[in-house]
Amino acid sequence: MKILVPVKRVVDYNVKVRVKADGTGVDIANVKMSMNPFDEIAVEEAVRLKEAGIATEVVAVSCGVAACQETIRAAMAIGADRGILVESDAELQPLAVAKLLKALCDKEQPTVVICGKQAIDDDSNQTGQMLAALMGWPQATFASKVLLADAGGQMRATVMREIDGGLETLEIKLPAVITTDLRLNEPRYATLPNIMKAKKKPLDTVKPADLGVDVAPRLATLKVAEPPKRSAGVRVADVAQLVDKLKNEAKVI
Amino acid sequence: MIRDQETLTALLDTLSRFVRERLVPAEPLVAETDEIPAEIVAEMRELGLFGLCIPEEFGGLGLTMEEEVLVAFEIARTSPAFRSLIGTNNGIGSQGLIVDGTPEQKAYYLPKLASGELIASFALTEPGSGSDAASLRTTARRDGDHYILNGTKRFITNAPEAGVYTVMARTNPEDKGAGGVTAFIVEKGTPGLSLGKIDKKMGQKGAHTSDVILEDCRVPAANIIGGKEGVGFKTAMKVLDKGRLHIAAICVGAAERMLDDALSYAMERRQFGKPIAEFQLIQAMLADSKAEIYAARSMILDAARRRDKGEKISTEASCCKLFASEMCGRVADRAVQIHGGAGYVSEYAIERFYRDVRLFRIYEGTTQIQQLVIARNMIRDAQG
Repeated sequence: MKILVPVKRVVDYNVKVRVKADGTGVDIANVKMSMNPFDEIAVEEAVRLKEAGIATEVVAVSCGVAACQETIRAAMAIGADRGILVESDAELQPLAVAKLLKALCDKEQPTVVICGKQAIDDDSNQTGQMLAALMGWPQATFASKVLLADAGGQMRATVMREIDGGLETLEIKLPAVITTDLRLNEPRYATLPNIMKAKKKPLDTVKPADLGVDVAPRLATLKVAEPPKRSAGVRVADVAQLVDKLKNEAKVI
Repeated sequence: MIRDQETLTALLDTLSRFVRERLVPAEPLVAETDEIPAEIVAEMRELGLFGLCIPEEFGGLGLTMEEEVLVAFEIARTSPAFRSLIGTNNGIGSQGLIVDGTPEQKAYYLPKLASGELIASFALTEPGSGSDAASLRTTARRDGDHYILNGTKRFITNAPEAGVYTVMARTNPEDKGAGGVTAFIVEKGTPGLSLGKIDKKMGQKGAHTSDVILEDCRVPAANIIGGKEGVGFKTAMKVLDKGRLHIAAICVGAAERMLDDALSYAMERRQFGKPIAEFQLIQAMLADSKAEIYAARSMILDAARRRDKGEKISTEASCCKLFASEMCGRVADRAVQIHGGAGYVSEYAIERFYRDVRLFRIYEGTTQIQQLVIARNMIRDAQG
């Protein structure tokens, strides 16, 4: 069984991002970049499935600038077997990435695609779902537990999902798309010897045109702004005053 | 050996994250219990930290000196106890074997040291010999195909954790200097080998030292490192500059951490209506510390690169150890001063670091020994 894991290069979660002065986006010059944390969980899950003898190959894919190969190497250091970089300097929106991934799925024929439920930069939460739709595959999003098993010649996934008010368990046929939530697993630290071995693993580069995909943006960003500064709080005398303020000033009750 | 910027960055990033997420939060516990939790030791093993300087063919990373000091800058940004645990396997505990070991000794011990399955300890210092190491009095008397070792070793790092000891003992009683000293591999559990009580140190809780006592301890002659009498001490001296650069780099990492702590405190702590970081006398302490750390970092990287190129850097290594450890002491002192009363209580890490870093000016050659080495080299070079 082959597992495809898309990984995105994003601003490191420890970095306090700054909005560019002209409001066109976030300043990423000289900012530390890392693998999207949800994608790290996806890589970890795929590698665990391989270590458990269920999967036979884990392929990490990243779409974006040449530096995304660092992100692919990071996935290989955790345990992915090989990598594919879809190199493009264009702004890649979720639909474009989903189309690129579809083209790769057609070529690679994975049994499962495991991806992060969303990326911490744009928080779109769309790529996995779009890919499932384009492939015509079942999807199980926000997974907190994944079990893969052969049920009478048909591979199936039992996926536990965190939903409002509890846990939902789905059973889906494979091939399918699974997106990971925070509590699915705790990714390991890549060991130092494995980081060194990762540079010897195969990494192919393709262009969107090679895959016949038009990645032109469909959405235009009008403006990016800092969230408003938090203003100082006030101390209230009693519950009555609190209720009054919530009702009449904040208008939240 | 990496020599590839991308992989090196990935390695340093991983290490820095491990230090920040796993080691820093465990600092108070380690200080309180005087022990590194077993699961953290297991993670350090898993990560490959015990084999940083052991050649790749034996399962290590085979880091160059430059790479090693970059790693040391990162790993020193937390309690020195963590570094101390991996220090002997990467330094004096394994280097003798790497430089002079027989093929059999290397094949048997190095993979175990690289994986951290075995912890190595280096037993040179004695109650009567420290800086004057060559005057050591532990004896090794030949008896058939064995040697009988007698003597006491003092302040031996990781002795309680070690599975194997490199013991320096005098095989030639006629030669009172370095030439009479031989290095023996002594395994834990060898009859006649025992340990003293764990030393109660000023700081670095969680890192252990103790006496190693040898009473008619029978060691096979095959356990002489390199198989020849009289080379042990010379081997130890060959790797001195490496250890000195390593400790100098550790001083930089620790100083950077202390300065970070002091800066955050100064930006938060308000007096006279504003953060104390806005006062010029506090700023002077911050700036002096920053400049000195940068100087130490630069000189260490320079010396490390030159060592990698094969240059002799005995003088430079001593300069680095001297300057970086003294600098670290000054930064610790200023960081406590910036913290004010808070710096004197154990709620803030700086109180612990202040005690922890005091050792840097003492071990791996005291400041005074470094001064002597530097000046003697200067005079010798001038004499041609």
